[in-house]
This record gives sequence, structure tokens and C-alpha cells, in this order.
Amino acid sequence: MNHPSELKYTTSHEWIKEENGIVTVGITDFAQDSLGDIVFVNLPEEGDDVEVGESFADVESVKAVSDIFSPVTGKVAEVNEELADAPEKINEDPYAAWLIKVSDVTAYEELLSAEEYEKACEEE
Amino acid sequence: MKLVFELGSRGRRMSILPECDVPEYVPGNERSTKPRLPEVSETELARHYSELEDNIFGLNNGMIPLGSCTMKYNPKINEREASLTGFTDIHPLQDPDTVKGCREVIKETEDALCEITGMDAMTLQPSAGAHGEFTGLLTIKKYHDSRGDNARTKIIVPDSAHGTNPASAAMAGFKIVNVSSTEEGIVDLDALREAAGPDTAGLMLTNPNTLGIFDRNIKEITDIIHEAGGLCYYDGANLNAIVGNARPGDMGFDVVHLNLHKTFSTPHACGGPGAGPVGCRAFLRDFLPKHMRSFSCNFLVVVRALTYIKMLGGDGLADVSRNAVLNANYLMSLISDKYETSPEGVRFMHEFVITMEKMEKEHNVSALDIAKMLDDYGIHPPTMYFPLIVHEALMVEPTETEPKEMLEYLSDSLHKIYEQSITDPEYAHSAPHTAYITRPDEVKAARKPVVKYAFE
Amino acid sequence: MGSFIPNTPEEQKEMLDVVGAKSFDDLFTDIPEDVKLRNGLDLPEGKSELETDREMKSLASMNKVYGSIFRGAGAYWHYIPAIVKEVTTNETFVTAYTPYQPEINQGVLQSIFEYQTMICELTGMDVSNASVYDGATAAAEAAHMCIDRKRKKMIISEAVDPKTIAVVETYCYGSGTELVKVPAKDGKTDLDALQAALDGSIAGVIFQQPDYYGILEPAREIIDMIHGAGAKAVMSVNPTTLGYLETPGELGADIAVGEGQPLGIDLAYGGPYLGFMAAVQKLERQLPGRIIGQTEDTEGKRSFVLTLQAREQHIRREKAGSNICSNQALCALAASVYMAAMGPDGMRETAVQCASKAHYLRDRLAEAGLRQKYDSEFFNEFVTVSETDTDAIMKALDAENILGGLPLGHGEILWCATEMNTKADIERAAAAVASVTGKEVTA
Repeated sequence: MNHPSELKYTTSHEWIKEENGIVTVGITDFAQDSLGDIVFVNLPEEGDDVEVGESFADVESVKAVSDIFSPVTGKVAEVNEELADAPEKINEDPYAAWLIKVSDVTAYEELLSAEEYEKACEEE
Repeated sequence: MKLVFELGSRGRRMSILPECDVPEYVPGNERSTKPRLPEVSETELARHYSELEDNIFGLNNGMIPLGSCTMKYNPKINEREASLTGFTDIHPLQDPDTVKGCREVIKETEDALCEITGMDAMTLQPSAGAHGEFTGLLTIKKYHDSRGDNARTKIIVPDSAHGTNPASAAMAGFKIVNVSSTEEGIVDLDALREAAGPDTAGLMLTNPNTLGIFDRNIKEITDIIHEAGGLCYYDGANLNAIVGNARPGDMGFDVVHLNLHKTFSTPHACGGPGAGPVGCRAFLRDFLPKHMRSFSCNFLVVVRALTYIKMLGGDGLADVSRNAVLNANYLMSLISDKYETSPEGVRFMHEFVITMEKMEKEHNVSALDIAKMLDDYGIHPPTMYFPLIVHEALMVEPTETEPKEMLEYLSDSLHKIYEQSITDPEYAHSAPHTAYITRPDEVKAARKPVVKYAFE
Repeated sequence: MGSFIPNTPEEQKEMLDVVGAKSFDDLFTDIPEDVKLRNGLDLPEGKSELETDREMKSLASMNKVYGSIFRGAGAYWHYIPAIVKEVTTNETFVTAYTPYQPEINQGVLQSIFEYQTMICELTGMDVSNASVYDGATAAAEAAHMCIDRKRKKMIISEAVDPKTIAVVETYCYGSGTELVKVPAKDGKTDLDALQAALDGSIAGVIFQQPDYYGILEPAREIIDMIHGAGAKAVMSVNPTTLGYLETPGELGADIAVGEGQPLGIDLAYGGPYLGFMAAVQKLERQLPGRIIGQTEDTEGKRSFVLTLQAREQHIRREKAGSNICSNQALCALAASVYMAAMGPDGMRETAVQCASKAHYLRDRLAEAGLRQKYDSEFFNEFVTVSETDTDAIMKALDAENILGGLPLGHGEILWCATEMNTKADIERAAAAVASVTGKEVTA
């Protein structure tokens, strides 16, 4: 399983990357693998507020739906519109297929390094 | 199979209407294009539906042991009574004096269902089980509202519940509190006490529950909710296990819905219409919603249910549940050498849940594979992957209308399937092998939905 | 007493032995003693099939089956081609379960896929679900589809069938949605009042075409007004009229709903009927209930499955858009067979005959002294008004084995004609009315 070391992770299986005050959020390889074939992603709208630990999106497989929790508090600056028509991109490359970019970040969840995250996954 | 749109040719038509015998009048605003409906002869149309029907599994083809669905035999006499013109050709807005028979059908059915459930009032309006749940929850909501008890915003639902329970509660504006089950598969009383309080509007419960177990603490459960000021809602999905032998009213429930298409033998009809009458205690009578649908009820479904109740009577109904439970337990005894129930060592009622977890781990053959293999034996698969609290679940409900030999045939088939799964897992993965199609690609269907015919 | 249990008492005994139970009581040990029903149910004793048949027939004979019906108001007397009943009484279609097992139920799945396609063709919309309970609940579900995070109020026109309004109110009470009623003026939606009620909080507007009084609303103007305020237009339609009239799709509606009973389904004292729902593409995922989709099997053969299931209650639980988990499959099948039997020309012919006969009826009733109340274009229903006692009119019609229009109070009657009412029926009805009003009618 692939968990790049330059990213930070949450125990609820999101990854984040911070650049110039903008936080990009996606779901991990472990998450996409356990969800199976993703058929749809429900995303928020630009300008929506997100809050640490609150669900901001959900992803659907054929027979399941899973909430995605925000690792930060802030404002949705951009949404990956591409996923609306091609949710399979999350299965193909979960680190390229980001979900949202968040600006005005005021709080973070406790984040894990790749190594810590992999350990957490093993325990699941 | 061809789609109906791929049959016929332009201009082909049937001779249904006479010429108009009054001067033609057309208002303006005509549609700009004709609907692309089929243009076919009656020959083609009749054959088309025969072909479709050949690729459907009905109760006339064999057993449908779907857990929690109660796929019992649908008596032919029900169909005959429901086709009487004195019922089919009655306009719903006819004057009361001209529909005495319909009103009597409704009244007799309401009275019988009150007696069967131990309730004081009944509405036949709800068109399905889920519609009944919504109706019952609105009754609870109105009751609390009428008392100014606005803090009661939560409905307690056990973790083994059907998805409809929380969905119905949400539609009625309630929040959901889940309570866990014990290892024996019944409600955890401590967790329930913890959950019940001044914000409790009510509890929704199926008993026997979705594992097929009768919760022996039922009186304590309803007492806990009543002491907290909440009301108790009985989901009648599994009434077939106890009908004539126990009543929700005597267990302490205040509101009940029934599925006429389960316990009362009306057909499932490929997914509907059914009916989900709701009963309640006298103090809730005035809070039953009056407008759940346009007209009184799914009347022809009610006619069928009344026909069935009349034929069986009280004793016949009690026999139904006894034999439903016996058939389930007999089948379980026959397969228990190979199939493990979940939980183990409990008394199941009219249905039981087996877990294929071990088979899945050891041979990579899943509950889904086992289910699909049954197709090749001429048996409809049981309910799969429900309840959610059991891994690799198959939920089996044979019903009282299956003869002993059929249960033995199902057992023999399951034994053969068990061996096949171990010796040839690949064969299991590609089952069924005799159906019209092999397994369809559901991912493709969901990612790029095609939900209507693409005309050329 | 009657029974459908195959196993004989001897066989039951054998089975109890295998289970390790001495008697049936041993199977019910988890039911506490104080809950057990000791003396049985207090119901009439069970009967044989013959006796039951007699009783049910006697109940049916207590109802009056009219020779000609001029009452609509939400349920319509139409011809049902023979093939519709032949197909829908087929044992397999009647007794099958919901097609959760696609491999052995392609026939059901395909029939619903065909139904969805026909509903889209009839309404001019992009996507249809597999149906809901009836026309009124379809409108209520459509109201819920409109609601989003920013817009939480709905408007309904009072020119909509009052039964539909009442059901939408019930559903809105549940979800806590505010429902604003815009009054009718001269039998139509009051456009000034609608414009005044539309603001940024309105999620959608429900109106009916033709409306409850049979009148053709200025649908395009209404929809443009709704869209101007950024809300969604829900159009409730009578499917028969769509054989002829402009479709919700052409007019720009976002959601089309309606009562499917006119499409080959018995009047049956109110049910079971069929609620159809269709929407524009972008609302596909907001549609409640089952949807059938096309795909292929592992060999590449065209196949059909229940799709987009993750929207539904069995997966999304309390977050699902609706709790519905059935459809009116057999009624949807009846509607499909009906539309296939009629074809595009038959559907148009039915619509035109309905309109023609209603206008002929209007003229004859006017001669008989019942004045048309609203001077607006109508389809196959209209309201009359007169000083004559409505009860007396209904009695005179009843004596002719005719069900008259629906009395609305204040001397008003809502009439309906369909292809079933012959010219002779219409003239007989007018003569019966005239016998009460004392007018002379030509015939």
C-alpha cells in the first residue's frame, strides 16, 4: 500500500497537503482499497465551511456509502469537479484525485506521519 | 431479450378505440414531438411479456426463502376476489351509500387487525411498510407536539434494525439514537436505559428482531421507554412469527405497522403494491395522520388480506406462526452440521441468520457466492448481507407454506453447495450458471447510469 | 377452517421431533408467559374457500357499479385494453419479489427499464424512477427533492388537487419544511400572488396541469417565473393529457410527477395506483426510490440492475433522501403494457377524445342549465355552477345509472369526460340534469 511520506494523515483515512496556506484533502490508498470501486462522490460547494472531525463529503461504492471527515477547519476554496464524472480516479490514484482545497484554516486535527498512519492501519 | 422499443414498425398499431362520436375539439399547445412509445401488434406484445415472464423467478417457480420478507404462498382465492368488478370498478369518490361493500371490507379488516395486534384503532392508508413507519412516527410526533413536549426529538433504534427505520424517523424530523445488541442478539438493556431520557420520542423495534430472535425482555424494554416518557413503535415486519400467539399490544407497544404483503399473504408483485396499515392505542387515535395518500387505501390489497383472514380465522392464523417457526427450525436442524448460525445457541423463531465468515476466510467463497449458487438449484437466494451486524450473513425464512420435502430439498442443495464451494471455489465465484445472464457489472451501471433506452 | 399449510399434523410431529421439541410450545419459550395469547384471537371462525368466496362476493355486490362515470378529480375512468389484465394477472409477475437478484429477474428489471423510458418519453424529462405509491406522494417526494442547504421553503398552488396539497402538507410537517400556499384566482394559480411569494428562500413550487378544476394553466409563464426566483418547478400532470399536450420537459419543468392510474389501472376505490416521477438530468441522484440501470454481464450481454442504490435507505439509512423501499411494480407494468398497446397514436387519440367529449358535455350541460364557472381553456374536466340543488341532480343521474360530477359545494360541480363516455351517455346525462332544472335539451 502506498502512503507518500511527504503527506500527513488522519486516523479516519484522509490525507492532507499544505502549500501556501491552502490545505488539500483526499482519501488514502488504504481507504480507497477498503471501499472498493467508487461510483460516486458527494462533494461540498465552494465557499462552504468545513470543520475538524465533521463530515464534508461522502463516497459511494455500489453497496455502501462512507463519510469523509475534515481534518481542518476552514473554507472550501476549490472542489475537484473532475470527480463528478470520473469517480474511478480515486481508485486509480488517490493522491492525484484530491477532493477539496481549504483556505482560511484555523484548526487542525491531530495529524499522523506516513509511518504512524501505516501503523494505525495495521491495527485496524 | 429485445426491448419493447426494438419490436414492431412505424404505423403498426392495435385496434382499441372506436372513432370519436362527438365533434373533435383540441385545445392549442400541442406537444412538438410524438412520444416514442412502442408501435406494435398484439402478437408481438403478448410474446414480449411472455419472454420477460420466463426470466423472472416467482413463487410459482419455486421457494423464495428471503429472510424478513415472508414470501409465503399467495392464495388464488385472494386474486379472484380482488378482480370482482364490484371492487375494481368503483370510483373512490362515489357517495358513501353506493360503496357500502367497500366500507364494510375496510371496517372488517380494521377490526380484525386491531384484534390481531391488540390495538384500538387502525388506518389502512399506508401503502407499504415504510409508508406505515412514516405514518406511525408522525402519530408519535403529533402526540408529543399536542402536549407541548417539544424536547422529544429522538427515536431509539437497535443496531440490528432495517435501514427503513432510521430513514423513516429522519423523514418525520427525528434524530436517531442507535442502541447496541448483546451477544445473544437482543437489546442491551443497560445501553437502552442509558439512551432513554427526556429527549426520547420513542423506540422502534421489530420483535422477533432481524436476527429472528424473540426479545424475551420485551416488557422491560417497553417499560424503560414509557418511564422515560417515550412511546413504543412495533415494526410488524416479523409478525408472521407470532401472529395469533402473541400481540404487540400485550408487549407494551403503542403504535404498530403491519405488512399485508407479508403476514397476510398478499402478493409482492415484483416489488409492490403492498400495504402497511398502522394501528395505535386509543389515546393516539386522534393523532393518526389523515392524509397519507390521495384515496383511502390500496383497496384491492386490503380485499386480498381480508379474504385470507376470513379463510383462516383466529385459529388458522395461530397455526400460521407455529408452522412458520417450525419450518425455520426444521430447516436449521437439517443444515446445522455445515452452516453456522449467528448468534449460536439461541432459539430462533420464523427465520435464522447464518454466517459464511469462516467459508469466506478459508475458501474465499462468500455469502454472495453461496446465494448465487442456489439459483442453479431452482431456489431463490435468501437475504444477503443483512442484518449488518453479522458478517457474511445469509438470512433464511422458509415460511409456513413450504412443504417438508421442499425444506429437505433446500437442505440437500445447501449441502451440495457447501461441498462444491470447497472443492471448486472458481465455480462458486462464477455462479449462477443456468440463469439468463451471468453476474452483471453493477459498478459500470452506477458510474455511468443508463436509465432509459437510447433511441436511434 | 381454511389453511395453506401443506404439512399434515403427523408430518409436523415428525419435524418437531427432529427439532427436539415436544410440542409447539417448546418453540415459543422466549415469549414471556404474560405476553402469550392464551385464549386465541377473538375473530370469526375460519371458513372454506367456497364460503369465503360467497362472503366476498356478497360484499362486492353491496357496491354500485355505474354504467357511465362523469367524475374524475384525481381518479379517471378509462378503457383498459384486454392485454393489460392478461399480463398483469400472470402468476409470475404477481408473485415475484423485488428484483434484488438480477440474474434470475431480468424480466422484472427490463419491464421497469421500459417503464422508465416510456415515462421519460411521455413527460419529455430525462430520468424517471421506478414509481412511488401514488400521485400525491409523488408530489410530496418531489417537494423534498427541491430542498437544499440554502432553500428550505416550498410553495404549492391552491389550484392543485386538494388531496395532493393535504399529502404534501403531511410530509412537510414531518420534515419541518415550511409550505406556503398560493391562492387560486378564477380557477387558476394567482400569478401575482405567486410572484409575491417567490423569494430566495423558496426551493420549489408545485403546480398542476391541467389544474384541479380542469383548466390549462399558463405553464410556461409559471415556470419562467419560478426559475426567475432561482427555484425549481414541480409540475403535476395527468398522463392521459400528455398524449396531446406540451410536455413538462418542453416547458422547462425540473420535476414532473403525477397519478399514473389513468394508464390502464383500475379505479378500485382508490388503489393501488401509481405515482410517477421524472426529472431533469441534474436531479437524477435526488430522485427517491428504485431506479433500474442498464449494464452488461461478464459475457458482455445487455443486462439490467437496480442502480444508484447508495442513495437509498437500506444503505444511507437516516441520511437517505426518502424512506421508500418499494415501487408499485405491478402497476408500473400495467402502465407500460397500456402505453405499448396504445402507442403514440392511441395515446393522442385518447387525449383528443377526452377533450372532445368534455367539451361536448360542457355544451349539453349548459343547455341543461349548468353554466361553466370559469371562462378558461380546459382539457377534460370543468366546473359548472347553478342554483339547482346538487343532490337532486346527482339523484336524477344515479337513477340513470350515471355517476355525475363531483359536487364542490355552493352549487358547483366538477365534471369529467373520457373516451369511455359515449355521445348517447352524455346526452342521457344532460337530459337527466334537465329533468331537474326544468330546461329543454336538444338530443
